[in-house]
Amino acid sequence: MNIDSIKNGIVIDHITAGKGMELYRLLKLSRLNCSVALITNAVSSKMGRKDIIKIDTDYQVDMDILGFVDPDVTVDIIRDGVLVEKKHLTLPEKLTGVLSCRNPRCISSTEQELPQVFCLADRTKRIYRCIYCEVAAK
Amino acid sequence: MVNKYGVRSLLNILDLSVEELDSLIATALDIVDNPQAYRSRCQGKKLATLFFEPSTRTRLSFEAAMYELGGQVIGFSEANSSSASKGESVADTAKVISCYADIIAMRHPKEGAPMVAAMNATIPVINAGDGGHNHPTQTLADLLTIYREKGGFENLTIGMCGDLKFGRTVHSLIDAMSRYPGVQFVLISPEELKVPSYVRQFMEEHQIPFLQTTDLEQVMPNLDVLYMTRVQRERFFNEEDYLRLKDSYVLTPAKLTGAKATLSILHPLPRVNEISVAIDEDPRACYFKQVLNGKLMRMALILKLLGV
Repeated sequence: MNIDSIKNGIVIDHITAGKGMELYRLLKLSRLNCSVALITNAVSSKMGRKDIIKIDTDYQVDMDILGFVDPDVTVDIIRDGVLVEKKHLTLPEKLTGVLSCRNPRCISSTEQELPQVFCLADRTKRIYRCIYCEVAAK
Repeated sequence: MVNKYGVRSLLNILDLSVEELDSLIATALDIVDNPQAYRSRCQGKKLATLFFEPSTRTRLSFEAAMYELGGQVIGFSEANSSSASKGESVADTAKVISCYADIIAMRHPKEGAPMVAAMNATIPVINAGDGGHNHPTQTLADLLTIYREKGGFENLTIGMCGDLKFGRTVHSLIDAMSRYPGVQFVLISPEELKVPSYVRQFMEEHQIPFLQTTDLEQVMPNLDVLYMTRVQRERFFNEEDYLRLKDSYVLTPAKLTGAKATLSILHPLPRVNEISVAIDEDPRACYFKQVLNGKLMRMALILKLLGV
């Protein structure tokens, strides 16, 4: 299967197989006015299978979303067809607009205009807590 | 918490360092010794009591505290008499009240509402209770009571009994007491009302010894402090659950048989039936002293946040 190389843009590589579509949705890539390739179940010598997303434009990808959904991905920055930077991710300290608080007693459940903000409470267990009510995200 | 305007608020008891707590306690004790010296410290200042859910006790305590400091009080005591009934957001209410008052005390049924107010107000906000989440000024009352009864905070075994799931005073007191060496907790509750996972996680992370049990009488002899709580009807979505659990623990003279002579019995009040009135005359009952201590600590806190 051949996908053209991109000239200026980014490649999100080493996505855990099966998470590519979730990232595509969370990153709202359908709104981009450029070529976007989502490759699923690509063969990987390191991972066995992986997903890959190629975005053919100079796009500021939300690293917090990437880090939260799949902290092991790498982000390759391509300029003039050349790999100029490879970024590795970590779990973000704060997530805004990614998760929604499920606690019906939380102020964010009634005041819809409040930003949904979660902070990393436990890096090992990957637990995020709502900044308002401190309930853990599910 | 310090907001984008550089204004400091009290949302969680952990917003105060141990040194600041010591300082508040020292101020409260000085108020007891020298009340006249504080009679006009807040002259010309206004406290806004924004109570989106009824709480006569806490509101009156704040108001009494401000009056005793020579300040004035404005506010409302239920959501129906505020702009919230017209759909105003907490953020907007905080911005508006900032133009009228010098400090806010807010109670709200939704967890995190005082934080939203503190993020948007240009004056200090005191969390006077947000749902089942935090109630730091009750904890200040509890701390002063423990300090006055025990002479300090170290090496105490503290029993907490009743509704430990929705009981915000329990969560705040655990947070505060966890910072003192030698403190351990005995958590006595029905299965359905055990402390939330984040409170357990907090104790585990800070290596605070705690025991969870359903048997009050069995652990009674070990306790230095017994903190009783009420099962709160307003925290339940389901009336059946409330009725099933409300009488889980009732403290009677018989249940105190094995208790230490030096035990201190605390309760954030209001009491329904979880402590028998027969215990009121027992010298170990401290819950009415807590009320006075609460006012003293609120006075000390208002002074601190206003910087006067």
